[in-house]
Amino acid sequence: MGLKALDYETMNENVKKVQYAVRGELYLRASELQKEGKKIIFTNVGNPQALGQKPLTFPRQVVALCQAPFLLDDPNVGLIFPADAIARAKHYLSLTSGGLGAYSDSRGIPGVRKEVAEFIERRDGYPSDPELIFLTDGASKGVMQILNCIIRGQGDGVLVPVPQYPLYSATISLFGGSLVPYYLEETANWGLDVNNLRESVAQARFKGITVRAMVIINPGNPTGQCLSEANLREILNFCYQENLVLLGDEVYQQNIYQDERPFISSRKVLMDMGPPISKEVQLVSFHTVSKGYWGECGQRGGYFEMTNIPPKTVDEIYKIASISLSPNVPAQIFMGLMVNPLKPGDVSYDQFVRESKGILESLRRRARIMTDGFNSCKNVVCNFTEGAMYSFPQLRLPPKAIEAAKQAGKVPDVFYCLKLLEATGISTVPGSGFGQKEGVFHLRTTILPAEEDMPEIMSSFKKFNDEFMAQYEDNWNRSRM
Amino acid sequence: MRRFVIGSARNLIESSRQKYQFERSILSSSYRFLSSSPAADSPSSSSSSSTMAHLVSLSTINPKVIECEYAVRGEIVTLAQKLQEEIQTKPDAHPFEEILYCNIGNPQSLGQQPITFFREVLALCDHPAILDKSETQGLFSADSIERAWQILDQIPGRATGAYSHSQGIKGLRDTIAAGIEVRDGFPADPNDIFLTDGASPAVHMMMQLLIRSEKDGILCPIPQYPLYSASIALHGGTLVPYYLDEATGWGLEVSELKKQLETSRSKGITVRALVVINPGNPTGQVLAEENQKAIVEFCKQEGLVLLADEVYQENVYVPEKKFHSFKKVSWSMGYGEKDIALVSFQSVSKGYYGECGKRGGYMEVTGFGVDVREQIYKVASVNLCSNISGQILASLVMSPPKVGDESYESYSAERDGILSSLARRAKTLEDAFNKLEGVTCNKAEGAMYLFPRIDLPEKAIKAAEAAKKAPDAYYCQRLLAATGIVLVPGSGFGQVPGTWHFRCTILPQEEKIPAIVTRLTDFHKSFMDEFRG
Repeated sequence: MGLKALDYETMNENVKKVQYAVRGELYLRASELQKEGKKIIFTNVGNPQALGQKPLTFPRQVVALCQAPFLLDDPNVGLIFPADAIARAKHYLSLTSGGLGAYSDSRGIPGVRKEVAEFIERRDGYPSDPELIFLTDGASKGVMQILNCIIRGQGDGVLVPVPQYPLYSATISLFGGSLVPYYLEETANWGLDVNNLRESVAQARFKGITVRAMVIINPGNPTGQCLSEANLREILNFCYQENLVLLGDEVYQQNIYQDERPFISSRKVLMDMGPPISKEVQLVSFHTVSKGYWGECGQRGGYFEMTNIPPKTVDEIYKIASISLSPNVPAQIFMGLMVNPLKPGDVSYDQFVRESKGILESLRRRARIMTDGFNSCKNVVCNFTEGAMYSFPQLRLPPKAIEAAKQAGKVPDVFYCLKLLEATGISTVPGSGFGQKEGVFHLRTTILPAEEDMPEIMSSFKKFNDEFMAQYEDNWNRSRM
Repeated sequence: MRRFVIGSARNLIESSRQKYQFERSILSSSYRFLSSSPAADSPSSSSSSSTMAHLVSLSTINPKVIECEYAVRGEIVTLAQKLQEEIQTKPDAHPFEEILYCNIGNPQSLGQQPITFFREVLALCDHPAILDKSETQGLFSADSIERAWQILDQIPGRATGAYSHSQGIKGLRDTIAAGIEVRDGFPADPNDIFLTDGASPAVHMMMQLLIRSEKDGILCPIPQYPLYSASIALHGGTLVPYYLDEATGWGLEVSELKKQLETSRSKGITVRALVVINPGNPTGQVLAEENQKAIVEFCKQEGLVLLADEVYQENVYVPEKKFHSFKKVSWSMGYGEKDIALVSFQSVSKGYYGECGKRGGYMEVTGFGVDVREQIYKVASVNLCSNISGQILASLVMSPPKVGDESYESYSAERDGILSSLARRAKTLEDAFNKLEGVTCNKAEGAMYLFPRIDLPEKAIKAAEAAKKAPDAYYCQRLLAATGIVLVPGSGFGQVPGTWHFRCTILPQEEKIPAIVTRLTDFHKSFMDEFRG
């Protein structure tokens, strides 16, 4: 009788509907192969430190000191920790309610939230309220909390870009809502066309769906495009007209690899637009310590900032946060350090700048290397990675390849990616995991492998790809004769 | 329609919920806003968007969010924080100098020190670069350095800042499984372990899997830790209460389980699981092994998943009781994977380590088929992984220094110091409560709380009604205003209708306990003087 208690048939249907390809079939296969001894290059998830990126020194020094405050009393602590790290550790410890081991305020340590607000104000030029900033165990948890508030049932739709980071589709499935896709235009550098938006909303409404919210990922994941100010204005106007709350996933705001479109926050544009829009459009902005040049994925640190959300709703969100008691305190300190960085004159400043610049400049180079590398491959077309951490090349699979995939019972890009994995050890995520136009295939890889490994990875990929394409094209040509 | 408790208690819960909403709305207007949209603050917003149907506002958000409640950080705490701010700006604003938070199991916020060895290892794992420096040897114990190396070697690339496997780092799960085996005498499989950001997210995950609709019920103890009621409400299920027996030290009777199960089934509820909190929260009882066997048998017979909240497993204060994990009990009965579906929750927040802020914990999942396991993994993978530092700490908690290790002496002295102090505080407060007029308090055999029952005079109950509060909430608020002591009203945990309780932690530092006892006693006497018939 025990097994009948919870089996596949009696499980929550919504759970079954959830798909999260980033750690799905390809990743599981790659892990299997790794156990068998094959060398795998994991480019399936934006996980910089897993591919050799070193953590920034200063934050690690500070958090280590906070972890072991008895060190601060030791006369020899100055031998291995610089003075500014020691000072900063004392600063953050004083902001906690009993060190790293005590639950903080459920919204996060007030002093850290204040630092976040100050960061936002410096960045955007508009004041930000710490009471409207909630720290979370990673941005993903924040996204889930907000979507949980918005989605009442199947009748509620959320506009999500296609391609998208599948946290959104997974969460919408989990909470029983409806995903309303809007397609990004690959030929226009993954641009966002408001007409596409309008059409998507109209279609959804025709089906009886109440469209509640719109997600933008800026810079984009997996697509990397950076939205222009004009684009953001269009989007905000659209949300105003259609009464949508805008969810601004801005976790890659530090990862910008071109100079034409620097990062502008949705909030800045919203405020720039002035009343009535600046006072009416509801916005929730998300950020994290996992990306940027920090890459501290394993800490699980993030925040969301609410704009124009009514106080009672903020209360309810606070209430839900309080059930989980508090976000993890070490990550809150990482967040504080990220938004309140070192200044010229600080002992550790030069090293910090050197490390940060080194990472960002290398990412910029790798973005270019990868884009060019993919574009040199047969039947592969790749938009430039303007930002974020990914490359999303389009694979123009010959009909015979598609046929072979069908025979193997696999979606074509999954088929391709599995073969790529077996041949080269490169573990990617098939484009179908992110959504794409019907009949158009992609894969997502990260730009994170170490720079010195890049040439070999790209040539390994090219070799596999060109042979694959030749194999299936030859067959095709032969059948034409 | 959500069902929290059946019968006449429902009205009481409903009315206290409405009062909660009312109180919260009063408090929200006192929030400070630097917001650029002051219009949104006031209830009578002149903004035209407040009439738009799709605006995200109280009337349009997920009703399950509104339904659920969590008293541990509810109304009374918000009030306490307000008073705290008032004292800070005007020290003589109130008849006390400080707020004493006895509402939440948050030991280190009240002065409990972390275990040195654990923090040494964590600091080294946070900043592995110092392991190469010779000066480090002078600052850290040799075995903490060794353990840090061991752990780092289990992490690919020694990258503590990378997302790990979604169940948690394999090597750490191996350590935890080994620790479970030492504890129980039965093997544990690292693949059964899912490391989570505290035990709470793991509970949520299981509720998510189990609850398909409000027709799915979860048996929960009354009184219970309100994570369960909140989580069930959030996931749209039905809480099926079973009452612990206060007269027998909060005893758990299988006959009561059977009765509640049958009643709910007759109402068309499919009961999916049984939650048992052992040691209990708020009640503190430690189950006897025979009792546990009967519970296991019951779950097996009725096809229920046993959700065993075992986060207080290291907090046992009485020599006549011992913690036995439900897995150990099941396996000692000869049952295994085929017989009973069992989930055990553990956390780094409690015990003698009290590392609440780290958000570390795990669930050990046994007795489920492969396809269910895949789904659990899939849900875990959407969040990628739990925080690495918390994972490391969970492995340390399940595998602390052993006899012969350099740090063993200091570690065990710290541990025993904390546990014996907790036992003393539990007794002191229990005795103090029992001396109060109209108050009876069961012994806290384990966990971190006392849950005394208070017989409120009729006059007090009427005063509470006039103040639009549940009587125990009224008492707690009066206590807070007079003494600065923060307790949680029993209605936050559930109780037999018509009875009133409050939960008080045993966590304030020992030197503060006499003052707390005095203040409480004095307040109680004057309260009873005021309201005695």
